[in-house]
Amino acid sequence: MMLRIDQGRIIDPANNIDRIGSVYIEGGKIVSVTEEPVGFKPDTVIDASHQIVCPGFIDLSARLRDMGHSRKATFKSEVLAAATAGVTTLCLQPDTVPVIDTPAVVELIKELAEKAGYPQIYAVGALTQKLEGTELSSMLSLKQAGCIAVGNANQPVKNLLILRRAMEYAASHDLLLMFRSNDFWLGNNGCAHEGAVATRYGLPSIPEAAETIALAQCLELAELTGCRVHFGQLSCKRSVIKIHQAKKYGLKVSADVAIHQLHLTENDMTPFDSAYHVLPPLRTEEDKRYLRKGLADSTLNSICSDHQPHDLDAKLGAFPETEPGMSALETLLPLMLKLVTQHAITLEQGIACLSANPARVLRLQSGALTPGFSADVCVFDPELDWQVNAENWKSQGVNTPFWGQTLKGRVTHTLQAGKIIHRL
Amino acid sequence: MTDNLQLNAEGKLKHFLTIEGLDKSLLTEILDTAESFAGVSEHQVKKVPLLRGKTIVNLFFENSTRTRTTFELAATRLSADVINMNIATSATSKGESLLDTIRNLEAMFVDMFVVRHALSGAAHFIAQQTAPHISVINAGDGQHAHPTQAMLDMFTIRQIKPDFASLRVAIIGDILHSRVARSEIQALNTLGAAEVRVIAPKTLLPAHVESLGVTVSHNLTEGLKDIDVVMMLRLQKERMSSALLPSESEYFKCFGLTEEKLKIAKPDAIVMHPGPINRGVEIDSKVADGPQSVILKQVSNGIAVRMAVMAMAMQKQGVTA
Repeated sequence: MMLRIDQGRIIDPANNIDRIGSVYIEGGKIVSVTEEPVGFKPDTVIDASHQIVCPGFIDLSARLRDMGHSRKATFKSEVLAAATAGVTTLCLQPDTVPVIDTPAVVELIKELAEKAGYPQIYAVGALTQKLEGTELSSMLSLKQAGCIAVGNANQPVKNLLILRRAMEYAASHDLLLMFRSNDFWLGNNGCAHEGAVATRYGLPSIPEAAETIALAQCLELAELTGCRVHFGQLSCKRSVIKIHQAKKYGLKVSADVAIHQLHLTENDMTPFDSAYHVLPPLRTEEDKRYLRKGLADSTLNSICSDHQPHDLDAKLGAFPETEPGMSALETLLPLMLKLVTQHAITLEQGIACLSANPARVLRLQSGALTPGFSADVCVFDPELDWQVNAENWKSQGVNTPFWGQTLKGRVTHTLQAGKIIHRL
Repeated sequence: MTDNLQLNAEGKLKHFLTIEGLDKSLLTEILDTAESFAGVSEHQVKKVPLLRGKTIVNLFFENSTRTRTTFELAATRLSADVINMNIATSATSKGESLLDTIRNLEAMFVDMFVVRHALSGAAHFIAQQTAPHISVINAGDGQHAHPTQAMLDMFTIRQIKPDFASLRVAIIGDILHSRVARSEIQALNTLGAAEVRVIAPKTLLPAHVESLGVTVSHNLTEGLKDIDVVMMLRLQKERMSSALLPSESEYFKCFGLTEEKLKIAKPDAIVMHPGPINRGVEIDSKVADGPQSVILKQVSNGIAVRMAVMAMAMQKQGVTA
């Protein structure tokens, strides 16, 4: 099976490529970029003229629900959303129901992924049993079953001794820790950023210190234990500064930011609109500015969707009792492109943050159009307008504050291991 | 970010959820309307027929005696039929969602919900979800707003000190958890008070409290200088167990209002409290029962102000106050 993606603008940050040309795919792998291999007779040709051809996106944090949460979403509905969004690989956070803390759950996830026709779903194993923060999970078994990393999924680890030991143990098996920095006690069951807006609306609030203190503790332990750590979904200025300092100091850490944090702040919250209820909460303009700056200077190397589809009931109620999270896969690309048009980052950086960089975090041979790599490719039209509405939306969760808006930039083709999994 | 949800297309009150977004003329209209109702309670027949045939449901998800009673009295004096529902002890404890409770009551053809709920935004949520002909009055939601309490306090202040522009008002106590404080601050600022000052330890003040339009003091003795109106807030006992304060007695020593401390304020200052009072915790009995206290006046005024708000919110249904 041979396939050619014809005459698109190829942007492949890992290989420093940005030029018009064609991509040649055979047997599910990239065989050549721009130069036609001898005797190449494609069965399929995708016309990519006036479009951008880049590596398929790698999402470091998503929830697909299913299993005990199938009322919210299923693998079937969400992989469709992922494919539509140009995402070809995604990491599943361990707070599924049941929690990803045994090889059996990992197997079940693999099975569901195969059945949904989207095999590149990587489970992140729970750092502690049931994510309760008290006893270590069987990390080696989880790794052998296929877990790409371990994580705490925003759940607290009971104390620093347990976190230290969990990190030492993870390091012993060369496992990456995907850490969500959130001090449970300082968070105090809040639902909004501790600032002027929460004060005005009387919402229980979460200070930045809930994130930065947990982050600082984990950085210290990263040095002590030698554990590789990736900090997920940072939300504030001081976290960016801390990561910058840690990298300068020489710690092997990386960090990402959820796409909505780069666009929305506490000021965007319409009063008590649960679509804006996310964790960590939407913070200030200054925080947003620093998160963007952090991306531009590579302090933060990846952008994730932090996709969390919900059923309608989960978002119907008084703001504090609604469930946090946005359905965010399908708005990922247009919101990244908006960062480019707003001159926060370059297009090449934006694509790298969605492909080459997360691949490096996960140590995957992916995220690039390198000959020999699996043909995970995204073709998108950066100028195509589309409306976020029921007709275009694939995720079962419609919990997005962008509902009804017209966004620019749409994926026309997604290839996973050479197979076309989305065609507009 | 304004709250247009509570106004109809003509700018009239449809719901009463928060003071925020309402202008001075509307607040003054509420006070004037309340004035016209103030006499009703002193008549031999304490009723006007304005809301005859209307059904009002007092939907209390949180316990309250005073607020519920004055709402009930206000509704009956307007000749409405009133149903009291204490959901704290009924439906939701059986697992029914807030929305299901509302849908069920809607199906019983009610005209107005008076809502108290422990979560901020609950009244907004109900106003957004309920059938368009139903009005919602917020009787206190979480730490967000308690607009009728604020208006009855404005009414009480206006009876004694009609010129808001010359007033310096101190609000003392647990601002952080107080929906009353948030609504009072908004009402006083909208009516043009010269200064609103909050006095509390840092543990009982929300972040960026100045952004609400107040000046801040952590010291009662300093904070009471030049004050015309002293508003005390109730201190909940659970503030001690959540490490916000060391003890009731230390709180009283620092922030309790005694006769001696009251002397620091202007000699004609009035003392207010939304109730229920913790005697000897935030206020000394001698002050609560003393000549400068208007606490019981606040309670009586609560009826007239709630009548005014209910009648105004029903105007769209042909009721003229």
